Amino acid sequence: MFGRQSRRKAASALFTGFCVFAAGLSLLALFGILWSLITNGLGGIDLAVFTKSTPAPGSPGGLANAIMGSLMMCALAMVFAVVVGILAGTWLAEYAGDTAYGRTVRFVNDVLLSAPSILVGLFVYELVVKPAGGFSGYAGAIALALLAAPVIVRTTEDSLRLQNKALRESGVALGAPMWTTIRAILWKAAAGGLLTGALLAFARISGETAPLLFTALNNQFFSLDMSKPTANLPVVIFNYALSAYDDWRRLAWAGALLIAAAVLSVNILVRALSREQKRR
Amino acid sequence: MTAATAERSRTPRGAGFDPAFRALCFASATLLLSALAGLLVSLLIGGWPAFSTFGFGFFTSTRWNPVTDIYGAAGPIVGTLVTSTLALIISLPIAFGAAVFLTEFCPSVLRRPIGIAIELLAGIPSIVYGMWGLFVFAPLFAKYVQLPAMMAAPVGSIWEKLTTGVPNGSGLLTASVILAIMILPYMAATFRELFLGVPAKLRESAFGVGATPLEVVWSMTLPYVRRSAVGAVMLGLGRALGETMAVTFVIGNAHGLPGSLFDSGSTIASTIANEFAEASTPMHGSALIALGFILFLITFAVLALARSFLGKATV
Repeated sequence: MFGRQSRRKAASALFTGFCVFAAGLSLLALFGILWSLITNGLGGIDLAVFTKSTPAPGSPGGLANAIMGSLMMCALAMVFAVVVGILAGTWLAEYAGDTAYGRTVRFVNDVLLSAPSILVGLFVYELVVKPAGGFSGYAGAIALALLAAPVIVRTTEDSLRLQNKALRESGVALGAPMWTTIRAILWKAAAGGLLTGALLAFARISGETAPLLFTALNNQFFSLDMSKPTANLPVVIFNYALSAYDDWRRLAWAGALLIAAAVLSVNILVRALSREQKRR
Repeated sequence: MTAATAERSRTPRGAGFDPAFRALCFASATLLLSALAGLLVSLLIGGWPAFSTFGFGFFTSTRWNPVTDIYGAAGPIVGTLVTSTLALIISLPIAFGAAVFLTEFCPSVLRRPIGIAIELLAGIPSIVYGMWGLFVFAPLFAKYVQLPAMMAAPVGSIWEKLTTGVPNGSGLLTASVILAIMILPYMAATFRELFLGVPAKLRESAFGVGATPLEVVWSMTLPYVRRSAVGAVMLGLGRALGETMAVTFVIGNAHGLPGSLFDSGSTIASTIANEFAEASTPMHGSALIALGFILFLITFAVLALARSFLGKATV
């Protein structure tokens, strides 16, 4: 009896130890990655990174064109994605109900949400790049928008569904048309959720590399023209990291640090926001 | 005031826009649907030349030769399935342990920060994982895992066969480990949600009859969440299957069937990422798109399976 008891205790202690080890290992991975980003990337970050364009190997340069290109494409993609995403999410939450078409769209959105991003790149290549006859920043933005929209659809639907039914009734009771009720009451009430969705979508696309490889491609020079191949941070990091030149690799680490810092701070902002909402 | 009341029309101002707004919302939803349909159709059309030229052999042949323009997809397909499965095997116990730690053992002060830290792991872009994998993890892996494992392998055993290759740090197993780290936070977060959903009464009653924490988790919590947990694992698998950049950095990018765990290989996604922009012939491009179509089918099947386990509400 005593032996069985202590065996159970020992097994449980072992299990506890394993769980602590597992959590520790996960934390170790996070800090390991952050540590190498900081040690390798921080040294490479100076003013030139933000003011000069990507250099030829051996000459000084920065990432200004890539940062600008990334910002332009992400901004354009977010405009598309927010408009389409919020409208589609509103349709799912307010109009679709449990109809067959509503269920289909919900399922399709889930598929898009988890579709490999590189396939979206292939699709946009076939849809835009091939007919247009060349790579362009617009194609890159469309690919990114396709990745961002499902995130926004999902969070929009979820946060609208969370709103009290009385809110909808109050709008209707005042004699407001449905779309005014949605616009002036529901969207306002759900604003925090909608913002969270947009931020999450932005965090998702700002580090995306695969779909840009054959849509936006890359551009060595600073350019605001998005109808041409457009430089962007992820692809520059990819190319430079795999190059044989030390200064290119240093720039790649600096770029990786910039992207990771941007994405992580957006993620932390989202958490702060949702905590704020819960408190209210 | 009376004049205003009299002038008030029966239909509210702006009501005319109602159908238009509804149509706009409907059109946006339909746009999503057509995006997915377009994705599927364009991959099928783009890949059709390869499918029709190589027929069923496209799935079984391991020859991938842009010079002779003959393509077989078995190498990347097997590489994708093997790395994802290995990643799942590595990641599952760790994610499970971390989730149990957070729900059962963690001091409540640390619960939130540790939970957030693990979730932040999910936010790191995959290209950063790739760089970290290539420049930081791979050298350590070669020195502390690959070399010792190859030294220790008894001659002629299956162990030796599995560990042959160049110990340069890249290869199938390295890619699997990086993938495992990437899907870990998703699975850990879902497990944690599931564990928190177990009624406190159930757990307390088990503790009340003297069960140890291990017994509570094993015979109370796990059976309660079993079905959804399988769904969560499937979602993790889906992520691993389509992951591109991190794998491209560390898998070694060799065509053909990988011979061992340390051998270079390729996945569908890494092959497309490496070759598509520089596809030498139309058939090469078509074969890559056909690969993409296969990847879509695999991930779609996994997602559908995950949904059927998780139920509609939670996916």
